[in-house]
Amino acid sequence: MTPNKVVEISHLSYHYPDGTPALRDIHLEVYQHESIAILGPNGAGKSTLLYHLNGTLMGEGEVIILGIPVEKNNLKEIRRRVGLVFQSPEDQLFCPTVFDDVAFGPLNMGLDEEEVRRRVTKALETMGLRGFEGRSAHHLSEGEKKRVALATVLSMDSEILALDEPTDNLDPAGSRLLIERIRSIPQTKIIVTHHLSVAVDLCERAVLLDEGRKIEDLSMRDLLRGRTLLARFGFDADYAQWMYSRSKG
Amino acid sequence: MKHSFLDHHSHTESPIHHLDARAKIIVFFTFILIGVSSPPTSFFLFGLLAIALIGIALFARLPLVHLLRKVLVVLPFLLIVAISIPFMKKDGVGGGYNLGLGSLSISRSGLWVLWNVVIKSCLGVFSIILLSSTTTFPQLIKGMEKLGSPKIFTMLASFMYRYSFILIDEVYRMKRARDSRSFGGRWLWQTEVIGHMIGTLFLRSYHRGERVYLAMLSRGYQGTMPETTASRLGLGEIVFLCFAPLFLFLRITFA
Ligand SMILES: Nc1ncnc2c1ncn2[C@@H]1O[C@H](COP(=O)(O)OP(=O)(O)O)[C@@H](O)[C@H]1O
Ligand SMILES: [Mg+2]
Repeated sequence: MTPNKVVEISHLSYHYPDGTPALRDIHLEVYQHESIAILGPNGAGKSTLLYHLNGTLMGEGEVIILGIPVEKNNLKEIRRRVGLVFQSPEDQLFCPTVFDDVAFGPLNMGLDEEEVRRRVTKALETMGLRGFEGRSAHHLSEGEKKRVALATVLSMDSEILALDEPTDNLDPAGSRLLIERIRSIPQTKIIVTHHLSVAVDLCERAVLLDEGRKIEDLSMRDLLRGRTLLARFGFDADYAQWMYSRSKG
Repeated sequence: MKHSFLDHHSHTESPIHHLDARAKIIVFFTFILIGVSSPPTSFFLFGLLAIALIGIALFARLPLVHLLRKVLVVLPFLLIVAISIPFMKKDGVGGGYNLGLGSLSISRSGLWVLWNVVIKSCLGVFSIILLSSTTTFPQLIKGMEKLGSPKIFTMLASFMYRYSFILIDEVYRMKRARDSRSFGGRWLWQTEVIGHMIGTLFLRSYHRGERVYLAMLSRGYQGTMPETTASRLGLGEIVFLCFAPLFLFLRITFA
């Protein structure tokens, strides 16, 4: 049985309104239950690519999610299938309480009260945030904010999760905890990061972007062995080598 | 950074804190209405109101001294307005101060007006402080919404609450950045810097607004905030709500 294609991007290009070219002729396919890392330097277009997955931005070319083309008329469908977590939890969390934020998606989907409560409880539990319902976002630590941000899309039960730098701004312990939680989520995951270790821990495939172009699309293991490629993206090849040997044995 | 300047003490644990916000809003606003609408001579009613408020404060495990100090902070502003009233002559229709040396007259009715303003504002301010010290801001907003306050108003209030903290943090960060690079330059230069800071703050808030809107769209926002789920009124709320008819009754019989 061939695995299902859940994301199909072809010939995707995007210019910001001020003329900045951010994506150039991108092709990408993602299969069900895959976990892929999008790596690249600042300004490579990683976030811009992510925004195209749920129609937050729409460029030239084609983006198809679970067989549905991303178009104005399909946005409602698309957005319940792709859970997008923005980089800054301050943007993601806009409600007075954690409960309201996690319930926002399910309520917009028109689910009944009991189901909303069930989903909020489950999403918070998955992120290790039991009992946080009544807290306000500004009373949380950075790590807790990041986990609540993830919970706000988990509660929507989307088939695809798109995370923009989930461990950004976190201390090592906070990162560790978040990575464990993300790993426990079975959905298809597309994760933007610039930490090689995060990519290795969470993903089996890597897509490398630079200046809006897809430079490489390869398995994590091949990336860890590709010294020249690693050097081009500023990753420490020795560290990669070490991680590679660790993953082997 | 952590702030809780809007609802200090509202996270204390007590039976009053656990009551539904609607019950508290109704009772405290009834207190205010009754206080304000009573004639200044209704000492008995004022006394009862004060006892009720202090009782609730004690029951809510709030530090009384702290609450009274908060009331006192508001009072001077009212006093500045009210202090001139006794100098007004009772029958001078258009007002008219008599500030001639030696003939400074204080009218009896003016004193009554002052007493009226002071006692009513004290009770009113105390009620509001009790409400905000026993109810978190989110609960307050939700309570108002369930009591029929227009959605657009509660939505704006909730965004203001959420983002005021972030804005304040941003101001502090910019202030620190400025202070670490400026060496007390000329006044004119300082104003220029402040101007830039205001501009930057506006731009950042504007971009923040855009990103928040995108985050809302991403989770299926279609122009209306989803209905928040209802909660029911329990025994505690009903008992607490009894304050409202009780004091209405007292108001009608004693004042
Ligand atoms: N709102 C915007 N307006 C104009 N240009 C933008 C905007 N957002 C990003 N860009 C530009 O688009 C390019 C890609 O940005 P982005 O996708 O955010 O990169 P990354 O997430 O990989 O760091 C960069 O050159 C960036 O400066
Ligand atoms: Mg980015």
